[in-house]
Amino acid sequence: MLIQCVVNGRERSAEVEPWTSLLGLLRNELGLIGAKDACEQGECGACSVWLDGEVVCTCLVPAAQVDGCHVRTVESLAANGALHPVQDAFLEAGAVQCGFCTPGLVVVATDLLERGDEPDEAVVREALAGNLCRCTGYGKVVDAVCLASEER
Amino acid sequence: MSALRERVRGGIGESARRVDGLPKVTGAYVYGSDLRADGMLFAIAIRSPHAAARIRWIDTEAAAHAPGVHSVLTAADLPAARTFGLEYSDQPVLADGVVRYEGEPVALVAAETRELAREAAALVEVDYEPLEPLTDMEAALRPGAPRVHDFGNVLRHVHIEHGDPEAAKADVWIESYYETAMQDQAALGPEGGLAVPAADGGVDLVVSTQWLDVDRQQLAPCLGLPEEKVRIALAGVGGAFGSREDVHVQIHASLLALRTGRPVKMAYGREESFHGHPHRHPSRTWIRYGATADGRLVAADVRLLLDGGAYASSSPAVLANASTFAAGPYEIPNVRIEGTVVYTNNPPCGAMRGFGAPQVCFAYESALDELAARLGLDPVELRLRNAVAHGSILPTGQVLEGSAPLREVIERCAAIPLPEPETGPDAYPGGTGNVNHGEALRRGVGFAVGFKNVAYSEGFDDAAQATVTLLEGPEGPRAEVQTAAVDYGQGLYTVLTQIVRTELDVEDVRVLPATTAAGFAGSTSASRQTTMAGGAVLAACRAVSAELWEREGDLSEPISCTREYHHRPTETFDEQGQGDIHASFAFVAERAVVDVDTELGLARVVQLAAVQDAGRVINPQGAEGQIEGGAAMGLGLALMEEVQLEDGVIRNPSFTDYLVPTILDVPPVVSELVEEPEPGAPYGVKGIGELATVAAAPAIVSALRDATGRTLNRVPVAPDDLVALRPPATTEGPAPIPEVPGQQAVPEYLGLGLGQQELMKERTT
Repeated sequence: MLIQCVVNGRERSAEVEPWTSLLGLLRNELGLIGAKDACEQGECGACSVWLDGEVVCTCLVPAAQVDGCHVRTVESLAANGALHPVQDAFLEAGAVQCGFCTPGLVVVATDLLERGDEPDEAVVREALAGNLCRCTGYGKVVDAVCLASEER
Repeated sequence: MSALRERVRGGIGESARRVDGLPKVTGAYVYGSDLRADGMLFAIAIRSPHAAARIRWIDTEAAAHAPGVHSVLTAADLPAARTFGLEYSDQPVLADGVVRYEGEPVALVAAETRELAREAAALVEVDYEPLEPLTDMEAALRPGAPRVHDFGNVLRHVHIEHGDPEAAKADVWIESYYETAMQDQAALGPEGGLAVPAADGGVDLVVSTQWLDVDRQQLAPCLGLPEEKVRIALAGVGGAFGSREDVHVQIHASLLALRTGRPVKMAYGREESFHGHPHRHPSRTWIRYGATADGRLVAADVRLLLDGGAYASSSPAVLANASTFAAGPYEIPNVRIEGTVVYTNNPPCGAMRGFGAPQVCFAYESALDELAARLGLDPVELRLRNAVAHGSILPTGQVLEGSAPLREVIERCAAIPLPEPETGPDAYPGGTGNVNHGEALRRGVGFAVGFKNVAYSEGFDDAAQATVTLLEGPEGPRAEVQTAAVDYGQGLYTVLTQIVRTELDVEDVRVLPATTAAGFAGSTSASRQTTMAGGAVLAACRAVSAELWEREGDLSEPISCTREYHHRPTETFDEQGQGDIHASFAFVAERAVVDVDTELGLARVVQLAAVQDAGRVINPQGAEGQIEGGAAMGLGLALMEEVQLEDGVIRNPSFTDYLVPTILDVPPVVSELVEEPEPGAPYGVKGIGELATVAAAPAIVSALRDATGRTLNRVPVAPDDLVALRPPATTEGPAPIPEVPGQQAVPEYLGLGLGQQELMKERTT
């Protein structure tokens, strides 16, 4: 089936199978590998993107459902060679190790900050509760989000 | 190179930014699962649903003719060596008439797409005759037990005897029993790789791995190719923690690429990942300490049993580690340790962060708490009274010749301020879902110390090579580092870059992609690469500097130097388990604060404090990150992580059912690093990657005991344990000591294939 949607501001279309997920569409058809496939069950958040402004786990969304929708991925954040402040804060705070969970964390953290208020640590932790990271123990991830929030 | 110029930024001792960080935050970094090639096929493995079975026949006819299928392989199609293995070649590339664990690969399918490969896989008929699986590690030692391998179930037994444990006199004896469960590394990035057939008949493989050169040594015989025709390059690795030390997709993808003449990709999903790599050994430990009334340890008697699962993997080395650490980092004049690892029909176990040390640390630290209570001594004081120091003698007779600031580590950890009590429903264990009102809330504090070796042991000729090139670039001099060492996230390449910056005084340093063409570097494991690859890079830099001096600073031609680093030699066990088994040691102390709802069995770790002996720190922020992440993994072992097995079948191969700590489970980790340089090591460094995992679980469980007063002798501790709905683990007495030919692994005496130790020796001599 043919899917047409807007991805990171560009009109894209792809022929997919009925069982293809949004994750499969992004990674295999559109070449956007930033969303990661780590659990296939919506448990780890590594495949997070915005779908019409809401963060979703793309492994749980059928590609067929995004026809006519707007998708925004981690690839949209760095512009003109400059990192998004959240991305820069992740590097500054040492929140990146293997990096497999990082795109998902960056998307969810950016979403949190785009919603307004300066979140305290408890709010940051609650917001990131759906993202697994196996390397960092999360402390520096919290630091990164707070740093990005302060520097806004 | 003027002495007046400011030093370059980002040298050693600074929290330099990760050199591979940029593509990781933008999503551009290419991991094994992201690899693609024109015309590539997708392959999957068909795995046994049984833990033990005979294979009567396999019919691949229908699958071979299914749409889009290019190749279906079974054991009958293997071109050369039929087994592989990290230490002993005991694991079939594809099951050959028998399967020994659930998830063992039986056949391979390569097709145009993953979906077509899956559809074809469903058409492969395998006629199994299920056998009664041997799934209990003690049952494996009983006379008449079913044999997992023809030669029996004992993989290795280590006997360590020091002083006279039989005759030792003590005022107080305590005797305890502990169990730890099977833990999964659960690296976020699953296994993946792409094999491309080459014009010379060889194969070019890009793969997520920890150990390029030993992957190749295992691959070449199975492909029937000389090593030079097996070229391996590193793909991005989404974490490893030991799980990428063993071969996963490497042989299978390469076999299919050579068979089909097409690039072949294999990438595991989460469920297959649980079946596709060895896990942390489940353990049972019987431990007996004798002490004087004033709290001096006089004797330790430890019996240790590890479940190695169906194949050897790195079990023999894990057992050696666990055995040598089993009495704890304490001065004890009389010690006997009997360690055994057995084969069972459970999934294979091998390397995982800590490599045998976490299991025994849970036992000896829990036992020490019990001893402290019996003696009426403060647990921290008991540890201080017995802590090893420089010059102490370990149960193996090895004298601690390196730095051993354990007392300082303990004192500093105990001095970290305790967190204030928290009130209000948000702070209750279980969060706002907690239906109590804090009336049953109890706070507990627990303390544990641990230790572990750095780098390889037991006479292994541990070596790493690196090449450093200094050249004139358009914007001034820059340097390149070429090594086969793997950075799978812990920051090795950043550390190597910092060393080069410091030594050569150039800021622009590039670590070139790791490939087998770069020689050998050993595995990124055993907390060894900052010492080993770091040592090689440091030596290469100094050679480059000397050459530059000779040339009076002329860089019109690049200067390139290759150097090899070896740590000091170690020894194998003698008959009494004596010898200089390890090259160097590092120490840790951790303190956990928990809140437990003692009615609901809910626990929340409020704070973890960790002080680690680091020798000398190259990147403080990176070191902290290792401690925080390592402690989180120990928290998982303490409270939630368990590969649950039923008749050898994994019941929870998913992140829905295998619980990995989330950001709400891991508390702030307060860490400090003690820097007492290790003599002989580059800059005095010690490895830092594993230690925090070692002592976190015993500290947390100690805190849970403090809060609940219950006997908790098994990890992970479940809510049922905290409210006594499940009784403590029981034992009918220590496991028997098996008869073995000697201290080496049994397959060694049978000449079972070349293990990597021998292969490494061949290579480095």
